[in-house]
Amino acid sequence: MTAMEQAVGAGLQPKDYKSDYKPIWCPGCGDYSVLTSITKALSVLGVARENAAVVSGIGCSSRIPAYTSLYGFHGVHGRALALATGLKIARPDLTVLVTGGDGDGFSIGGNHFLHACRRNVDLTYIVMDNQVYGMTKGQASPTTASEWEGSKLTPHGTGVSPFQPLAVALAAGANFIARGYAGDPNGVARLIVEGVQHPGFSFIQVLSQCVTYRAEQREWRSRVRPSAKEPTANAARASRRILDDDGFTTGIFYLGSRPPYQPVTATDRTLADIEQRFVI
Amino acid sequence: MLSTAESTRASGSSEANEPSEPSRPSRARKSAQDTRVASSVSIALTGSGGSGVMTAGQMLLDAAARGGFQGMMTRSLGPQIRGGEAEAFLRLSASEVTCPGDGVDILIAFDWTSTERFAGEISLKPSSLVLADPELGPAPAMITGSGARRIDLPLKALLAGIPDGRPNMVGLGILAGLIGLPEDSVLAVLNRMLKRKGAEALAASTAGIQAGYAAAADMPADFRLTAAKQAASRWNISGNEAIGVGALRGGVRFVAAYPITPATEILEWLAPNLEHLGGELVQAEDELASINMAVGGSFGGLATLTATSGPGLALMIETLGLSVASETPLVVVNVQRGGPSTGIPTKSEQSDLNIAVYGLHGDAPHIVTATNSVADCVFTAQWSVYLAEALQSPAIVLTDQLLGQTRAIIEAPEGASFVARREVAEGDLENYLRYAVTESGVSPMAIPGTPGGEYVADGLEHTPRGRPSSQAEDHLTQLDKRNRKLELFDYGKHWADIEGDGEIAVVTWGSCTGPAREARVRAEAAGLKVKLISLRLLAPMQTARFEKALKGVKKVLVVEQSHSQQFYHYLRAHYDLPKDVKVLSRPGPLPIRPAHIYERLADWS
Ligand SMILES: Cc1ncc(C[n+]2csc(CCOP(=O)(O)OP(=O)(O)O)c2C)c(N)n1
Ligand code: SF4
Repeated sequence: MTAMEQAVGAGLQPKDYKSDYKPIWCPGCGDYSVLTSITKALSVLGVARENAAVVSGIGCSSRIPAYTSLYGFHGVHGRALALATGLKIARPDLTVLVTGGDGDGFSIGGNHFLHACRRNVDLTYIVMDNQVYGMTKGQASPTTASEWEGSKLTPHGTGVSPFQPLAVALAAGANFIARGYAGDPNGVARLIVEGVQHPGFSFIQVLSQCVTYRAEQREWRSRVRPSAKEPTANAARASRRILDDDGFTTGIFYLGSRPPYQPVTATDRTLADIEQRFVI
Repeated sequence: MLSTAESTRASGSSEANEPSEPSRPSRARKSAQDTRVASSVSIALTGSGGSGVMTAGQMLLDAAARGGFQGMMTRSLGPQIRGGEAEAFLRLSASEVTCPGDGVDILIAFDWTSTERFAGEISLKPSSLVLADPELGPAPAMITGSGARRIDLPLKALLAGIPDGRPNMVGLGILAGLIGLPEDSVLAVLNRMLKRKGAEALAASTAGIQAGYAAAADMPADFRLTAAKQAASRWNISGNEAIGVGALRGGVRFVAAYPITPATEILEWLAPNLEHLGGELVQAEDELASINMAVGGSFGGLATLTATSGPGLALMIETLGLSVASETPLVVVNVQRGGPSTGIPTKSEQSDLNIAVYGLHGDAPHIVTATNSVADCVFTAQWSVYLAEALQSPAIVLTDQLLGQTRAIIEAPEGASFVARREVAEGDLENYLRYAVTESGVSPMAIPGTPGGEYVADGLEHTPRGRPSSQAEDHLTQLDKRNRKLELFDYGKHWADIEGDGEIAVVTWGSCTGPAREARVRAEAAGLKVKLISLRLLAPMQTARFEKALKGVKKVLVVEQSHSQQFYHYLRAHYDLPKDVKVLSRPGPLPIRPAHIYERLADWS
């Protein structure tokens, strides 16, 4: 491929956005299909590889950057949104995707999630929610049901009600809120395309099964259903839909119209002008 | 009697073998001049937070600068958010002032309760002058016990006939009169300050200042200073602002910020100024976020900085390791305050040396620098940006509350030619290896947007290509490479400021350098030859250079402001010291004074 073709991103196939590096994931892990959805979405969007970046934290799902052929940053646990915020503000020309797990995003990174929603920087955040810590071998995460007794760390269940990512995102000010299912990679790809195109902070929760520590999640296929409703721009209506839902409806729940974060900047002074103010 | 403090224009020992470097606002230039003994006056104004002592102090410093003097002002505040006690401390002289000095020559107290809160910081002697309103009642023991001369300041009488007259303006007039500042330089500062406040406010303040001058005419004349010809261009700047200037000079165009005392002024100064230069500052939700935002901005190709103090640095540590492993350049300025934990936020200490040098987990070589004067904040900040970018490494800049919140009159710093220059990967990038194993250890970095350079920056150990690896060989190769780039780099003469020569050396760092300079010159005037070594580069350690600097030195006095003697232990761990070593250490917030250092030197010989 010539540099020119790369530069315009014309006609890149989904596979062109994949690297030749073999994922460490277990066979059957939902994250494979999320990777596919990401590469499909980029192909549809026609983004040149060098103009997109994938930023992640730590976890099975956070391994995604290395499996793409894009620029990427595999940072520390929980801080992907902050790192991506810095990147996007410094380089507004880039398409920045943020990927990770429910532990990375809602537990250790929970505060950054709130502030990324309210800051509304033009990022697309894809959380592969498997309601467990996969990488550390099966502990409860913030989205795990309170009575789940599958972890040695919480043998009686957590006894704590699960985190509601969509409701929290809405309350915190996210501009685009959607849910997808890894069993429907085309559907997830469509959500990613819309999320990237929608200005501001786009949050996509993808139910992505952990076949190793939550084998029962294979049953999700029978529970997931697409929403019959059109996306709403009305936050009160979106809130009702989210709170009334059992967590298995997919689609776009909210399309906000808040303008994205726009740093104020101008090149209207020189450093010498600035230093002049110290002169006695 | 005049309190004399020696000029700090030391005669520097230049290192002939060092590679020549672009010029910087160096001491070396001044070192051609011979050592002069000059006079200085130290002034304290104390009162409640609303008494205007800071305004009066600030105006006195401005007026002194216009009147042909140099000087500095530090602020000392109680823990209260508003109000509480406040002390403006000034030291003025015809020549350079690099530290607060030994004691207070003139104290104006607007109330005794506030003044007593600073008893530990205000050291009075029989030659000192204490001015206070007799209506304040009997003076506390810190005054009566000092034997200082007392002058009554009948404020009501002095302000009679001045509608809305303010005691702080009378105080300003008295101080200006006592040191012999021409009235017009004070009034010029006043005019500029009250430009928009209207004629009445201006008239009231003018009358107050004039009343002060009139009162001073009858007071002892032994604190008069003689103005000197000053450098053509001088600045009035705080250490924190100077960090901002150095950062911008170095090329910083992205800053992520979370407020913390005493670093906030760096960020607040940068916010509007960065904006005018086409850069960005973003306020983060915490320091975990601010440092990660900085890493993101740097990955995007911009020279990047964040500033904090101890508690924030502690939160940033994990990501500093990420910056090391992923080789993403970054500058973190740490304005030290009393620790541990929340400690003493408003006061200075040098107790973050250990966390800065040793705090990272894993084998994580990185850069640690230290500023050693207000003027040096410009240079060291700029140099640190340059080093971080050239070496694709985090650089922690250690400064402290004393330097950061001191406002000083300095010679306009020359523009050192250290401007961020990152080695970037461009052109044909077929088979590009982000972490290629190079001789220098520095590998060209592709910036997003560059076709063919796509790579994933990773905190996981990696192959030269950037792919995660847990192989022993990759780990060793990359550890070696990351260490090598810091070890092989030529830091030139800037690793330390070395002044004078002798068999005794004072080895110090940071804000202890000011008093050490003054003590060294004082010792020299008394016939005692002393060398001063102030380390600017704390990591990586400069073993060979240090050894050379210590050649011929038989005794070392280590000076630092830390309770556990962190600097002494650091020196012991990394450098060979002569057998005869003494340590002068004390925790903050009380500063180490030139006299403390001088006494140790004098009593050795
Ligand atoms: C500071 C820190 N604490 C703990 C860990 C250990 N750790 C690695 S991944 C992980 C949780 C991952 O869970 P999740 O984000 O849900 O991702 P998944 O593996 O399920 O995709 C934890 C706790 C770490 N790497 N860093
Ligand atoms: S442990 Fe679970 S989340 Fe991790 S790779 Fe295996 S299936 Fe996927």
